[in-house]
Amino acid sequence: MVYENPDGVMIGLEIHVQLNKLATKLFCGCSTDYHTSEPNTHVCPVCMGLPGCLPVLNKRAVEYAIRIGLALNCEIVEQTQFHRKNYYYPDLPKGFQTTQYDYPIVSDGRVVIEGEDGEHVVRIRRAHMEEDPGRLMHMGTIDRSRGTLIDYNRSGMALIEIVSEPDMRSPREARRFLDKLRNILEYLDVFDSTLEGSMRVDANISIAGGDRTEVKNISSHKGAERALLYEIMRQKNIKRRGEEVVMETRHFDEARGVTISMRTKEEEHDYRYFPEPDLVPMRVGSWVEGILETLPELPDARRSRFISDYGMVDTHAKALTSDIRVADFYEEVASKVDPAAAAVWVSDVLKGELNYRDLTVASFTVEDMVKIIELVVSGKVTEKAAVEIIRTILDEGGSPMDIVKEKGLLKVEGDVVDQAVEAVLKENPQALEDYFAGKEKSLNFLVGQVMKKTRGRADARSVREMMLEEIDKNYR
Amino acid sequence: MITKEQVEHIGWLARVNIDEEDAFEFASELSTVLDYFGQLDEVETSGVKPTYHVADVMNVFREDKPTDSLEQAAILANAEDIQEGYIKTPKII
Repeated sequence: MVYENPDGVMIGLEIHVQLNKLATKLFCGCSTDYHTSEPNTHVCPVCMGLPGCLPVLNKRAVEYAIRIGLALNCEIVEQTQFHRKNYYYPDLPKGFQTTQYDYPIVSDGRVVIEGEDGEHVVRIRRAHMEEDPGRLMHMGTIDRSRGTLIDYNRSGMALIEIVSEPDMRSPREARRFLDKLRNILEYLDVFDSTLEGSMRVDANISIAGGDRTEVKNISSHKGAERALLYEIMRQKNIKRRGEEVVMETRHFDEARGVTISMRTKEEEHDYRYFPEPDLVPMRVGSWVEGILETLPELPDARRSRFISDYGMVDTHAKALTSDIRVADFYEEVASKVDPAAAAVWVSDVLKGELNYRDLTVASFTVEDMVKIIELVVSGKVTEKAAVEIIRTILDEGGSPMDIVKEKGLLKVEGDVVDQAVEAVLKENPQALEDYFAGKEKSLNFLVGQVMKKTRGRADARSVREMMLEEIDKNYR
Repeated sequence: MITKEQVEHIGWLARVNIDEEDAFEFASELSTVLDYFGQLDEVETSGVKPTYHVADVMNVFREDKPTDSLEQAAILANAEDIQEGYIKTPKII
Protein backbone atom coordinates (compact mmCIF):
# COMPACT_ATOMS: atom_id res chain seq x y z
CA MET A 1 0.00 0.00 0.00
CA VAL A 2 1.28 3.43 -0.94
CA TYR A 3 0.38 6.46 1.15
CA GLU A 4 -1.44 8.93 -1.12
CA ASN A 5 -0.87 12.07 0.99
CA PRO A 6 -4.20 13.60 -0.11
CA ASP A 7 -3.40 17.15 0.99
CA GLY A 8 0.15 17.19 -0.32
CA VAL A 9 1.52 17.80 3.16
CA MET A 10 5.25 18.49 3.37
CA ILE A 11 6.90 18.86 6.74
CA GLY A 12 10.51 19.70 7.47
CA LEU A 13 11.88 19.98 10.99
CA GLU A 14 14.63 21.95 12.69
CA ILE A 15 15.57 20.38 15.96
CA HIS A 16 17.73 22.02 18.59
CA VAL A 17 19.39 19.41 20.75
CA GLN A 18 21.25 20.39 23.89
CA LEU A 19 24.48 18.41 24.34
CA ASN A 20 23.75 18.22 28.04
CA LYS A 21 25.99 15.19 28.65
CA LEU A 22 28.96 17.53 28.31
CA ALA A 23 30.41 18.74 31.61
CA THR A 24 30.89 22.31 30.39
CA LYS A 25 29.37 24.80 27.98
CA LEU A 26 30.42 25.24 24.35
CA PHE A 27 32.90 28.11 24.69
CA CYS A 28 33.66 28.38 28.41
CA GLY A 29 34.24 26.17 31.46
CA CYS A 30 30.91 26.94 33.17
CA SER A 31 29.27 23.75 34.37
CA THR A 32 26.22 22.43 32.51
CA ASP A 33 24.77 21.14 35.77
CA TYR A 34 22.44 24.07 36.38
CA HIS A 35 18.98 22.53 36.17
CA THR A 36 18.31 22.58 39.89
CA SER A 37 20.39 25.69 40.64
CA GLU A 38 19.51 29.29 41.36
CA PRO A 39 19.32 31.52 38.27
CA ASN A 40 22.51 33.23 37.06
CA THR A 41 24.87 31.02 39.08
CA HIS A 42 26.51 29.13 36.18
CA VAL A 43 27.66 32.18 34.30
CA CYS A 44 31.00 33.79 33.45
CA PRO A 45 32.15 36.71 31.28
CA VAL A 46 32.16 34.46 28.17
CA CYS A 47 28.55 33.31 28.42
CA MET A 48 27.50 36.82 29.47
CA GLY A 49 29.30 38.23 26.44
CA LEU A 50 31.19 40.80 28.47
CA PRO A 51 33.69 42.93 26.56
CA GLY A 52 37.20 41.49 26.31
CA CYS A 53 36.31 37.86 26.96
CA LEU A 54 37.64 35.11 24.71
CA PRO A 55 35.65 31.98 23.81
CA VAL A 56 37.56 28.69 23.49
CA LEU A 57 35.86 25.72 21.86
CA ASN A 58 35.04 22.59 23.86
CA LYS A 59 36.79 19.75 22.02
CA ARG A 60 34.35 17.11 23.19
CA ALA A 61 31.42 19.13 21.77
CA VAL A 62 32.99 18.80 18.33
CA GLU A 63 33.46 15.06 18.85
CA TYR A 64 29.80 14.75 19.85
CA ALA A 65 28.73 16.65 16.74
CA ILE A 66 30.70 14.25 14.56
CA ARG A 67 29.29 11.27 16.45
CA ILE A 68 25.77 12.54 15.74
CA GLY A 69 26.60 13.14 12.08
CA LEU A 70 27.89 9.60 11.65
CA ALA A 71 24.85 8.10 13.38
CA LEU A 72 22.61 10.02 10.97
CA ASN A 73 24.55 8.65 7.97
CA CYS A 74 25.89 12.12 7.15
CA GLU A 75 29.01 13.59 5.57
CA ILE A 76 31.46 15.22 7.97
CA VAL A 77 33.08 18.37 6.65
CA GLU A 78 36.87 18.46 6.33
CA GLN A 79 37.30 22.02 7.58
CA THR A 80 34.83 24.36 9.22
CA GLN A 81 34.45 27.49 11.35
CA PHE A 82 32.00 29.57 13.35
CA HIS A 83 30.05 32.65 12.31
CA ARG A 84 28.32 35.45 14.16
CA LYS A 85 24.58 35.72 13.63
CA ASN A 86 23.77 39.27 14.59
CA TYR A 87 20.52 40.11 16.31
CA TYR A 88 19.64 42.31 19.22
CA TYR A 89 17.68 40.58 21.93
CA PRO A 90 18.41 40.16 25.64
CA ASP A 91 18.64 36.35 25.52
CA LEU A 92 22.21 36.90 24.20
CA PRO A 93 23.62 40.04 25.75
CA LYS A 94 26.57 40.27 23.34
CA GLY A 95 24.25 41.04 20.43
CA PHE A 96 24.96 37.95 18.32
CA GLN A 97 24.80 34.18 18.46
CA THR A 98 27.93 32.19 17.71
CA THR A 99 26.79 29.57 15.21
CA GLN A 100 27.80 27.95 11.93
CA TYR A 101 26.77 29.21 8.54
CA ASP A 102 28.00 28.05 5.14
CA TYR A 103 30.11 25.11 6.30
CA PRO A 104 28.05 23.13 8.81
CA ILE A 105 30.07 20.39 10.44
CA VAL A 106 27.53 17.77 9.29
CA SER A 107 25.48 17.50 6.07
CA ASP A 108 23.59 15.17 3.72
CA GLY A 109 22.35 12.24 5.75
CA ARG A 110 19.29 10.09 6.20
CA VAL A 111 17.15 8.52 8.90
CA VAL A 112 14.74 5.66 8.22
CA ILE A 113 11.46 5.92 10.11
CA GLU A 114 8.29 3.89 10.19
CA GLY A 115 6.20 5.90 7.74
CA GLU A 116 2.52 5.87 6.81
CA ASP A 117 3.24 3.06 4.33
CA GLY A 118 6.19 1.17 5.75
CA GLU A 119 9.82 2.23 5.91
CA HIS A 120 10.27 5.85 4.95
CA VAL A 121 13.47 7.84 4.44
CA VAL A 122 13.79 11.33 5.91
CA ARG A 123 16.82 13.11 4.50
CA ILE A 124 18.97 15.24 6.77
CA ARG A 125 20.06 18.47 5.11
CA ARG A 126 22.58 19.62 7.70
CA ALA A 127 23.48 19.82 11.36
CA HIS A 128 25.55 22.55 12.90
CA MET A 129 26.94 23.59 16.27
CA GLU A 130 25.82 26.74 18.04
CA GLU A 131 25.39 28.22 21.49
CA ASP A 132 22.10 28.23 23.37
CA PRO A 133 20.77 31.66 24.36
CA GLY A 134 19.69 32.51 27.90
CA ARG A 135 16.23 31.68 29.14
CA LEU A 136 13.58 34.42 29.14
CA MET A 137 10.49 34.30 31.27
CA HIS A 138 7.74 36.70 30.39
CA MET A 139 5.78 37.93 33.38
CA GLY A 140 2.17 37.43 32.43
CA THR A 141 1.14 36.28 28.97
CA ILE A 142 3.32 36.92 25.92
CA ASP A 143 0.95 39.56 24.53
CA ARG A 144 0.32 41.31 27.86
CA SER A 145 3.71 41.06 29.53
CA ARG A 146 4.70 43.20 32.50
CA GLY A 147 8.39 42.66 32.04
CA THR A 148 10.84 39.85 31.39
CA LEU A 149 13.12 37.91 33.74
CA ILE A 150 16.38 36.51 32.39
CA ASP A 151 18.43 33.55 33.55
CA TYR A 152 21.78 33.18 31.75
CA ASN A 153 22.56 29.71 33.14
CA ARG A 154 21.52 28.22 29.80
CA SER A 155 23.43 30.81 27.79
CA GLY A 156 26.38 29.19 26.03
CA MET A 157 25.20 25.58 26.36
CA ALA A 158 26.28 23.54 23.33
CA LEU A 159 23.49 22.93 20.85
CA ILE A 160 23.31 20.89 17.69
CA GLU A 161 20.69 22.14 15.27
CA ILE A 162 19.58 19.33 12.99
CA VAL A 163 17.71 20.34 9.83
CA SER A 164 15.72 17.80 7.85
CA GLU A 165 14.47 18.00 4.29
CA PRO A 166 10.66 18.44 3.99
CA ASP A 167 10.21 14.68 3.70
CA MET A 168 7.53 14.01 6.29
CA ARG A 169 4.00 13.69 4.95
CA SER A 170 1.94 13.75 8.12
CA PRO A 171 2.15 14.96 11.72
CA ARG A 172 2.45 11.34 12.76
CA GLU A 173 5.54 10.87 10.60
CA ALA A 174 7.00 14.03 12.13
CA ARG A 175 6.46 12.61 15.59
CA ARG A 176 7.98 9.26 14.65
CA PHE A 177 11.00 11.06 13.23
CA LEU A 178 11.42 12.99 16.49
CA ASP A 179 11.05 9.81 18.55
CA LYS A 180 13.63 8.03 16.42
CA LEU A 181 16.03 10.96 16.56
CA ARG A 182 15.74 11.22 20.33
CA ASN A 183 16.36 7.52 20.64
CA ILE A 184 19.48 7.63 18.45
CA LEU A 185 20.86 10.62 20.37
CA GLU A 186 20.37 8.84 23.68
CA TYR A 187 22.10 5.72 22.39
CA LEU A 188 25.01 7.99 21.43
CA ASP A 189 25.19 9.15 25.05
CA VAL A 190 25.42 12.82 24.08
CA PHE A 191 22.09 13.92 25.42
CA ASP A 192 19.61 13.30 28.23
CA SER A 193 16.05 13.87 27.05
CA THR A 194 14.61 14.00 30.55
CA LEU A 195 16.14 17.41 31.30
CA GLU A 196 13.86 20.36 30.71
CA GLY A 197 14.33 22.14 27.37
CA SER A 198 16.79 19.56 26.06
CA MET A 199 15.12 19.24 22.65
CA ARG A 200 13.23 22.08 20.96
CA VAL A 201 11.56 21.90 17.59
CA ASP A 202 10.63 24.35 14.82
CA ALA A 203 8.52 22.95 12.00
CA ASN A 204 8.09 24.09 8.40
CA ILE A 205 4.85 22.94 6.88
CA SER A 206 2.93 23.41 3.64
CA ILE A 207 0.04 21.80 1.80
CA ALA A 208 -0.29 21.41 -1.97
CA GLY A 209 -0.44 24.72 -3.81
CA GLY A 210 0.43 26.90 -0.83
CA ASP A 211 3.39 28.64 0.72
CA ARG A 212 4.98 27.21 3.85
CA THR A 213 4.74 28.53 7.38
CA GLU A 214 7.24 28.05 10.16
CA VAL A 215 5.90 27.05 13.57
CA LYS A 216 8.13 27.87 16.53
CA ASN A 217 8.08 27.13 20.24
CA ILE A 218 7.31 23.43 20.11
CA SER A 219 8.70 21.78 23.22
CA SER A 220 7.47 18.17 23.07
CA HIS A 221 6.91 15.44 20.51
CA LYS A 222 3.24 15.32 21.35
CA GLY A 223 3.19 19.12 20.99
CA ALA A 224 4.76 18.83 17.53
CA GLU A 225 2.03 16.49 16.37
CA ARG A 226 -0.71 18.76 17.76
CA ALA A 227 0.82 21.95 16.34
CA LEU A 228 1.12 20.37 12.89
CA LEU A 229 -2.42 18.98 12.93
CA TYR A 230 -3.70 22.43 13.81
CA GLU A 231 -1.60 24.09 11.12
CA ILE A 232 -2.79 21.67 8.39
CA MET A 233 -6.39 22.38 9.36
CA ARG A 234 -5.75 26.14 9.32
CA GLN A 235 -4.06 26.04 5.91
CA LYS A 236 -6.81 23.85 4.45
CA ASN A 237 -9.45 26.29 5.67
CA ILE A 238 -7.62 29.18 4.01
CA LYS A 239 -7.43 27.23 0.77
CA ARG A 240 -11.13 26.30 0.97
CA ARG A 241 -12.01 29.99 1.25
CA GLY A 242 -10.06 30.60 -1.96
CA GLU A 243 -7.37 32.58 -0.15
CA GLU A 244 -3.63 32.04 -0.10
CA VAL A 245 -1.41 30.84 2.71
CA VAL A 246 1.22 33.49 3.35
CA MET A 247 4.78 32.62 4.27
CA GLU A 248 5.20 33.61 7.90
CA THR A 249 6.46 32.56 11.30
CA ARG A 250 3.87 31.35 13.78
CA HIS A 251 4.10 30.70 17.50
CA PHE A 252 2.61 27.51 18.99
CA ASP A 253 0.52 28.16 22.08
CA GLU A 254 0.75 24.80 23.83
CA ALA A 255 -1.99 25.54 26.36
CA ARG A 256 -4.57 26.45 23.73
CA GLY A 257 -3.29 24.10 21.02
CA VAL A 258 -3.25 26.82 18.36
CA THR A 259 -0.61 28.65 16.29
CA ILE A 260 -0.48 32.46 16.33
CA SER A 261 1.08 34.76 13.76
CA MET A 262 4.31 36.37 14.96
CA ARG A 263 4.99 39.48 12.96
CA THR A 264 8.72 39.79 12.54
CA LYS A 265 10.61 42.54 10.79
CA GLU A 266 13.90 40.62 10.75
CA GLU A 267 14.78 38.78 7.56
CA GLU A 268 17.54 36.25 6.96
CA HIS A 269 19.88 38.86 5.42
CA ASP A 270 19.36 41.09 8.46
CA TYR A 271 21.46 38.65 10.51
CA ARG A 272 24.60 39.91 8.73
CA TYR A 273 26.52 36.67 9.24
CA PHE A 274 30.28 37.02 9.25
CA PRO A 275 33.15 34.74 10.37
CA GLU A 276 33.69 34.78 14.14
CA PRO A 277 37.10 36.44 14.57
CA ASP A 278 37.51 35.22 18.17
CA LEU A 279 37.54 31.55 17.15
CA VAL A 280 39.97 29.97 14.72
CA PRO A 281 38.90 27.51 12.01
CA MET A 282 39.10 23.79 12.69
CA ARG A 283 40.15 20.91 10.52
CA VAL A 284 38.47 17.76 11.80
CA GLY A 285 38.25 15.41 8.84
CA SER A 286 41.00 13.22 10.30
CA TRP A 287 38.97 12.62 13.48
CA VAL A 288 36.21 10.78 11.68
CA GLU A 289 37.75 7.34 11.50
CA GLY A 290 38.60 7.22 15.19
CA ILE A 291 35.13 8.38 16.22
CA LEU A 292 33.52 5.88 13.87
CA GLU A 293 35.38 3.08 15.67
CA THR A 294 34.00 4.10 19.04
CA LEU A 295 30.42 4.60 17.84
CA PRO A 296 28.12 2.59 20.13
CA GLU A 297 25.51 0.12 18.91
CA LEU A 298 22.52 2.08 17.53
CA PRO A 299 18.81 1.27 17.93
CA ASP A 300 18.30 -0.51 14.58
CA ALA A 301 21.35 -2.72 15.10
CA ARG A 302 20.29 -3.56 18.62
CA ARG A 303 16.81 -4.44 17.40
CA SER A 304 18.27 -6.95 14.92
CA ARG A 305 20.57 -8.36 17.58
CA PHE A 306 17.68 -8.84 20.04
CA ILE A 307 15.90 -10.93 17.41
CA SER A 308 18.93 -13.08 16.64
CA ASP A 309 20.37 -13.35 20.18
CA TYR A 310 17.20 -13.81 22.18
CA GLY A 311 14.90 -15.25 19.52
CA MET A 312 12.16 -12.73 20.16
CA VAL A 313 9.63 -11.44 17.64
CA ASP A 314 10.25 -8.11 15.92
CA THR A 315 7.43 -6.29 17.70
CA HIS A 316 9.08 -7.10 21.03
CA ALA A 317 12.53 -6.17 19.72
CA LYS A 318 11.20 -2.84 18.48
CA ALA A 319 9.36 -2.04 21.70
CA LEU A 320 12.36 -2.92 23.84
CA THR A 321 14.95 -0.99 21.82
CA SER A 322 12.92 2.19 21.28
CA ASP A 323 14.26 3.54 24.57
CA ILE A 324 17.82 2.80 25.65
CA ARG A 325 16.81 2.59 29.32
CA VAL A 326 14.27 -0.13 28.56
CA ALA A 327 16.74 -1.99 26.34
CA ASP A 328 19.41 -1.93 29.06
CA PHE A 329 16.84 -3.00 31.64
CA TYR A 330 15.75 -5.91 29.46
CA GLU A 331 19.27 -7.17 28.86
CA GLU A 332 19.99 -7.18 32.57
CA VAL A 333 16.81 -9.12 33.27
CA ALA A 334 17.47 -11.51 30.36
CA SER A 335 20.92 -12.33 31.75
CA LYS A 336 19.29 -13.79 34.87
CA VAL A 337 16.10 -15.48 33.66
CA ASP A 338 14.70 -17.03 30.48
CA PRO A 339 15.16 -14.29 27.80
CA ALA A 340 11.97 -15.27 25.97
CA ALA A 341 9.86 -14.90 29.11
CA ALA A 342 11.68 -11.67 29.93
CA ALA A 343 10.84 -10.24 26.48
CA VAL A 344 7.15 -10.87 27.01
CA TRP A 345 7.06 -9.58 30.57
CA VAL A 346 9.10 -6.44 29.97
CA SER A 347 7.70 -5.36 26.61
CA ASP A 348 4.08 -6.52 26.88
CA VAL A 349 3.35 -6.13 30.56
CA LEU A 350 5.80 -3.84 32.33
CA LYS A 351 6.01 -1.26 29.52
CA GLY A 352 2.22 -1.11 29.31
CA GLU A 353 1.82 -0.64 33.05
CA LEU A 354 4.53 2.08 33.04
CA ASN A 355 2.97 3.93 30.09
CA TYR A 356 -0.43 3.79 31.74
CA ARG A 357 1.04 5.54 34.79
CA ASP A 358 3.26 7.90 32.78
CA LEU A 359 6.33 6.41 34.49
CA THR A 360 9.72 5.41 33.10
CA VAL A 361 11.52 2.13 33.59
CA ALA A 362 13.56 3.86 36.31
CA SER A 363 10.53 3.26 38.57
CA PHE A 364 11.12 -0.50 38.52
CA THR A 365 14.12 -2.56 39.59
CA VAL A 366 15.75 -5.37 37.64
CA GLU A 367 15.73 -7.50 40.82
CA ASP A 368 11.95 -7.24 41.21
CA MET A 369 11.37 -8.06 37.54
CA VAL A 370 13.67 -11.10 37.78
CA LYS A 371 11.91 -12.31 40.93
CA ILE A 372 8.46 -11.95 39.37
CA ILE A 373 9.45 -13.82 36.22
CA GLU A 374 10.98 -16.60 38.35
CA LEU A 375 7.74 -16.89 40.30
CA VAL A 376 5.71 -17.29 37.11
CA VAL A 377 8.11 -19.59 35.31
CA SER A 378 8.37 -21.91 38.32
CA GLY A 379 4.59 -22.00 38.57
CA LYS A 380 4.43 -20.47 42.06
CA VAL A 381 2.10 -17.69 40.98
CA THR A 382 -0.30 -17.37 38.08
CA GLU A 383 0.22 -14.85 35.28
CA LYS A 384 -2.70 -12.90 36.62
CA ALA A 385 -1.09 -12.72 40.06
CA ALA A 386 2.22 -11.61 38.51
CA VAL A 387 0.50 -8.67 36.83
CA GLU A 388 -1.04 -7.79 40.17
CA ILE A 389 2.40 -7.83 41.82
CA ILE A 390 3.75 -5.42 39.17
CA ARG A 391 0.80 -3.08 39.62
CA THR A 392 1.11 -3.16 43.40
CA ILE A 393 4.82 -2.33 43.27
CA LEU A 394 4.14 0.64 40.98
CA ASP A 395 1.15 1.94 42.95
CA GLU A 396 2.06 1.17 46.54
CA GLY A 397 5.65 -0.07 46.58
CA GLY A 398 6.88 -3.19 48.35
CA SER A 399 8.83 -6.28 47.34
CA PRO A 400 7.40 -9.13 45.25
CA MET A 401 7.60 -11.73 48.04
CA ASP A 402 5.96 -9.46 50.62
CA ILE A 403 3.16 -8.70 48.20
CA VAL A 404 2.71 -12.41 47.47
CA LYS A 405 2.43 -13.11 51.21
CA GLU A 406 0.24 -10.13 52.02
CA LYS A 407 -2.23 -10.77 49.25
CA GLY A 408 -2.04 -14.56 49.44
CA LEU A 409 -1.08 -14.86 45.79
CA LEU A 410 0.75 -18.18 45.91
CA LYS A 411 -0.84 -20.50 43.42
CA VAL A 412 -2.95 -23.18 45.10
CA GLU A 413 -2.52 -26.61 43.66
CA GLY A 414 -3.32 -30.22 44.06
CA ASP A 415 -5.53 -31.03 47.01
CA VAL A 416 -6.98 -27.57 47.54
CA VAL A 417 -8.07 -27.29 43.92
CA ASP A 418 -9.27 -30.91 43.88
CA GLN A 419 -11.44 -30.24 46.87
CA ALA A 420 -12.77 -27.04 45.34
CA VAL A 421 -13.67 -28.84 42.11
CA GLU A 422 -15.47 -31.63 43.98
CA ALA A 423 -17.34 -29.16 46.15
CA VAL A 424 -18.43 -26.99 43.22
CA LEU A 425 -19.77 -29.99 41.30
CA LYS A 426 -21.73 -31.12 44.35
CA GLU A 427 -23.11 -27.68 45.02
CA ASN A 428 -24.23 -27.00 41.44
CA PRO A 429 -26.12 -30.03 40.09
CA GLN A 430 -28.23 -27.85 37.81
CA ALA A 431 -25.21 -26.37 36.06
CA LEU A 432 -23.80 -29.85 35.60
CA GLU A 433 -27.06 -31.03 34.07
CA ASP A 434 -27.06 -28.03 31.73
CA TYR A 435 -23.55 -28.97 30.68
CA PHE A 436 -24.64 -32.52 29.91
CA ALA A 437 -27.50 -31.02 27.92
CA GLY A 438 -24.95 -29.35 25.68
CA LYS A 439 -24.55 -25.91 27.26
CA GLU A 440 -20.80 -25.26 27.00
CA LYS A 441 -21.24 -22.06 29.01
CA SER A 442 -22.13 -24.00 32.12
CA LEU A 443 -18.63 -25.37 32.26
CA ASN A 444 -17.26 -21.82 32.29
CA PHE A 445 -19.58 -21.03 35.16
CA LEU A 446 -18.35 -24.04 37.12
CA VAL A 447 -14.70 -23.11 36.50
CA GLY A 448 -15.51 -19.59 37.64
CA GLN A 449 -16.93 -20.95 40.88
CA VAL A 450 -13.67 -22.82 41.54
CA MET A 451 -11.68 -19.66 40.86
CA LYS A 452 -13.89 -17.85 43.32
CA LYS A 453 -13.35 -20.48 45.99
CA THR A 454 -9.57 -20.33 45.50
CA ARG A 455 -9.61 -16.52 45.24
CA GLY A 456 -8.04 -16.48 41.81
CA ARG A 457 -4.92 -18.31 42.86
CA ALA A 458 -5.59 -21.37 40.74
CA ASP A 459 -4.65 -21.58 37.11
CA ALA A 460 -7.90 -21.39 35.15
CA ARG A 461 -6.71 -23.68 32.37
CA SER A 462 -5.72 -26.49 34.72
CA VAL A 463 -8.92 -26.07 36.74
CA ARG A 464 -10.83 -26.65 33.52
CA GLU A 465 -8.89 -29.84 32.82
CA MET A 466 -9.33 -31.13 36.33
CA MET A 467 -13.04 -30.37 36.16
CA LEU A 468 -13.47 -32.39 32.96
CA GLU A 469 -11.50 -35.30 34.45
CA GLU A 470 -13.61 -35.27 37.57
CA ILE A 471 -16.85 -35.22 35.53
CA ASP A 472 -15.69 -38.12 33.37
CA LYS A 473 -14.63 -40.13 36.40
CA ASN A 474 -17.52 -39.63 38.80
CA TYR A 475 -20.53 -38.16 37.02
CA ARG A 476 -20.92 -39.91 33.67
CA MET B 1 24.35 54.81 -2.53
CA ILE B 2 22.89 54.13 0.91
CA THR B 3 19.37 55.47 1.40
CA LYS B 4 17.86 57.11 4.46
CA GLU B 5 15.51 54.10 4.81
CA GLN B 6 18.46 51.71 4.90
CA VAL B 7 20.06 53.75 7.65
CA GLU B 8 16.82 53.69 9.65
CA HIS B 9 16.55 49.93 9.17
CA ILE B 10 20.11 49.37 10.36
CA GLY B 11 19.31 51.60 13.33
CA TRP B 12 16.25 49.50 14.10
CA LEU B 13 18.27 46.26 13.91
CA ALA B 14 20.59 47.65 16.59
CA ARG B 15 17.59 49.09 18.48
CA VAL B 16 19.05 52.60 18.13
CA ASN B 17 16.78 55.52 17.38
CA ILE B 18 18.07 57.67 14.53
CA ASP B 19 16.29 60.95 13.87
CA GLU B 20 15.58 62.21 10.37
CA GLU B 21 18.41 64.74 10.18
CA ASP B 22 21.04 62.25 11.36
CA ALA B 23 19.73 59.62 8.97
CA PHE B 24 20.55 61.79 5.95
CA GLU B 25 23.99 62.55 7.30
CA PHE B 26 24.76 58.87 8.11
CA ALA B 27 23.51 57.81 4.68
CA SER B 28 26.07 59.96 2.97
CA GLU B 29 28.87 59.02 5.38
CA LEU B 30 28.15 55.29 5.11
CA SER B 31 28.10 55.59 1.31
CA THR B 32 31.61 57.04 1.42
CA VAL B 33 32.79 54.18 3.64
CA LEU B 34 31.27 51.55 1.35
CA ASP B 35 32.78 53.17 -1.72
CA TYR B 36 36.16 53.10 -0.04
CA PHE B 37 35.86 49.38 0.69
CA GLY B 38 34.48 48.92 -2.81
CA GLN B 39 38.02 49.32 -4.11
CA LEU B 40 38.68 45.79 -2.81
CA ASP B 41 36.22 44.43 -5.37
CA GLU B 42 38.54 45.58 -8.14
CA VAL B 43 41.46 43.44 -6.95
CA GLU B 44 42.11 40.33 -9.06
CA THR B 45 41.65 37.37 -6.66
CA SER B 46 41.10 34.37 -8.91
CA GLY B 47 43.57 31.68 -7.86
CA VAL B 48 44.02 33.19 -4.39
CA LYS B 49 43.16 30.91 -1.47
CA PRO B 50 40.45 32.28 0.83
CA THR B 51 41.53 33.61 4.22
CA TYR B 52 39.41 32.05 6.93
CA HIS B 53 41.17 33.78 9.76
CA VAL B 54 43.91 36.39 9.91
CA ALA B 55 45.86 34.43 12.49
CA ASP B 56 47.38 31.44 10.77
CA VAL B 57 46.18 29.07 13.48
CA MET B 58 43.86 26.06 13.43
CA ASN B 59 42.25 23.72 15.94
CA VAL B 60 42.37 25.56 19.23
CA PHE B 61 40.36 23.64 21.80
CA ARG B 62 39.94 23.22 25.52
CA GLU B 63 39.15 20.04 27.45
CA ASP B 64 35.65 19.50 28.83
CA LYS B 65 36.65 20.35 32.42
CA PRO B 66 34.55 22.72 34.53
CA THR B 67 36.01 25.92 35.89
CA ASP B 68 34.48 28.28 38.43
CA SER B 69 31.65 30.57 37.40
CA LEU B 70 31.16 34.05 38.80
CA GLU B 71 29.15 34.66 41.96
CA GLN B 72 25.51 35.44 41.33
CA ALA B 73 25.97 38.81 43.04
CA ALA B 74 28.73 39.72 40.58
CA ILE B 75 26.50 38.89 37.61
CA LEU B 76 23.59 40.88 38.98
CA ALA B 77 25.76 43.86 39.99
CA ASN B 78 25.69 45.29 36.47
CA ALA B 79 21.95 44.90 35.97
CA GLU B 80 19.69 47.90 36.22
CA ASP B 81 16.85 45.90 37.70
CA ILE B 82 16.78 42.47 39.33
CA GLN B 83 14.17 40.18 40.86
CA GLU B 84 14.77 36.96 42.82
CA GLY B 85 18.12 36.27 41.18
CA TYR B 86 16.94 37.13 37.69
CA ILE B 87 17.88 40.12 35.59
CA LYS B 88 14.73 42.06 34.85
CA THR B 89 14.09 43.94 31.63
CA PRO B 90 11.13 46.01 30.49
CA LYS B 91 8.53 44.14 28.51
CA ILE B 92 9.94 42.55 25.34
CA ILE B 93 8.36 40.27 22.79
